[in-house]
Amino acid sequence: MRDRKLMAKKFQVEVVNCQQSFTALEGCSLLMSMERSGTQAIKVGCRGGGCGMCKIRVMKGRYISKRMSRAHVSESDEQQGLVLACRVFPQEDLTIESDLIVDSVSEK
Amino acid sequence: MKKGVMRPGHIQLRVLDIEEALKHYRDLIGLIEVHRDAKGRVYLKGWTEVDKFSVVLREADQPGMDFVSYKCVSEAVVDQLRDELVAFGCNVEDIPADELDGCGRRVRFDSPTGHMFEVFATKEQTGKWGVSAVNPEAWPRELTGMKATRFDHCLLYGDDLEGSLKLFCDVLGFDIAEQVLDENGERIAQFLTASLKAHDVAFIKHPEKGKFHHASFYLNTWEEVLRAADLISMTDTSLDIGPTRHGLTHGQTIYFFDPSGNRSEVFCGGDYHYPDHPPVTWTADHLGKAIFYHTRELNERFLTALT
Ligand code: FES
Ligand SMILES: [Fe+2]
Repeated sequence: MRDRKLMAKKFQVEVVNCQQSFTALEGCSLLMSMERSGTQAIKVGCRGGGCGMCKIRVMKGRYISKRMSRAHVSESDEQQGLVLACRVFPQEDLTIESDLIVDSVSEK
Repeated sequence: MKKGVMRPGHIQLRVLDIEEALKHYRDLIGLIEVHRDAKGRVYLKGWTEVDKFSVVLREADQPGMDFVSYKCVSEAVVDQLRDELVAFGCNVEDIPADELDGCGRRVRFDSPTGHMFEVFATKEQTGKWGVSAVNPEAWPRELTGMKATRFDHCLLYGDDLEGSLKLFCDVLGFDIAEQVLDENGERIAQFLTASLKAHDVAFIKHPEKGKFHHASFYLNTWEEVLRAADLISMTDTSLDIGPTRHGLTHGQTIYFFDPSGNRSEVFCGGDYHYPDHPPVTWTADHLGKAIFYHTRELNERFLTALT
């Protein structure tokens, strides 16, 4: 457990729409990494994939993601890299666009 | 005027992962897990609650609230209210007994703000958890986390506040205990009660229908609210705001999120309301203080992060 965070792999995240960048840690959600770095490049809401405030587009880079509210991310959104930063775990350096709080219509 | 609705009976919430949700509602908030049904739903309650359950968690791909149900004094009241709900124009659905294990038939109805509600009168009573009904001790020693005592109320966001006010007051017999009025005298928040509590349900005006803001659980003291805040930090739980005090109802509170993004509140204290009391009014130019009495400032997240 000790220093696990310090040993974790680090990735660079470029946020193109606001010319900001921050360092993301492996195993840490993209949004959590942003908050810990003191950057304000993505809106922070529930941090649990429910509210949609942290919606981003991943333009480049691999990541894995946890389940996200279908009220905010449809299947086709997901395929196009439209995801919730609080449910995304980078696997390499990412280029993203933030501030995309537009809901996709979907059923419960 | 009272119409026989007593109190919030249960709330059914959708979560993205049921086991993660249990770490929140059971291990952190300290609700008691009492049952799992054949559909995989998990039933919980606060330890002081006499009925079998008050919170139901259902796994789904979209977090939020399915419905909140109010318990009535008798089945005759449920029949009477059913007729009045139909006359009011609600879409009414009869949910058979044991659709929720241990609960009698429920009458489900929609509302002008787009939320689903229910009334019912019968539920298995298992008694307070961990203490005897005869010569009871002060509290059970086996409680975990925040040791929440009961599900207290929920706050819902929707558009037609006037419509849902009519539904709750004229049909269900709630009173308006507190309200926020804008500069044109239009109501932008309403806190409604069926009891002596400052609120059994609350609504805030919002352009979308049917949104869920938080489910709230009762603690006994400010010290316990501070201890809840410590636990939120210790468990790295997503914090919204607090600990602080509300202007509205004057309760002492902290807000945080479950792992699917549904907001939770634990709080203590708060004002009381009798049916002859006029509503307490806050004005929109004091909205910051009405919501957060100390900082007197709203955070954007509190207004916009909804499920
Ligand atoms: S912060 Fe709410 S969905 Fe990410
Ligand atoms: Fe509340």
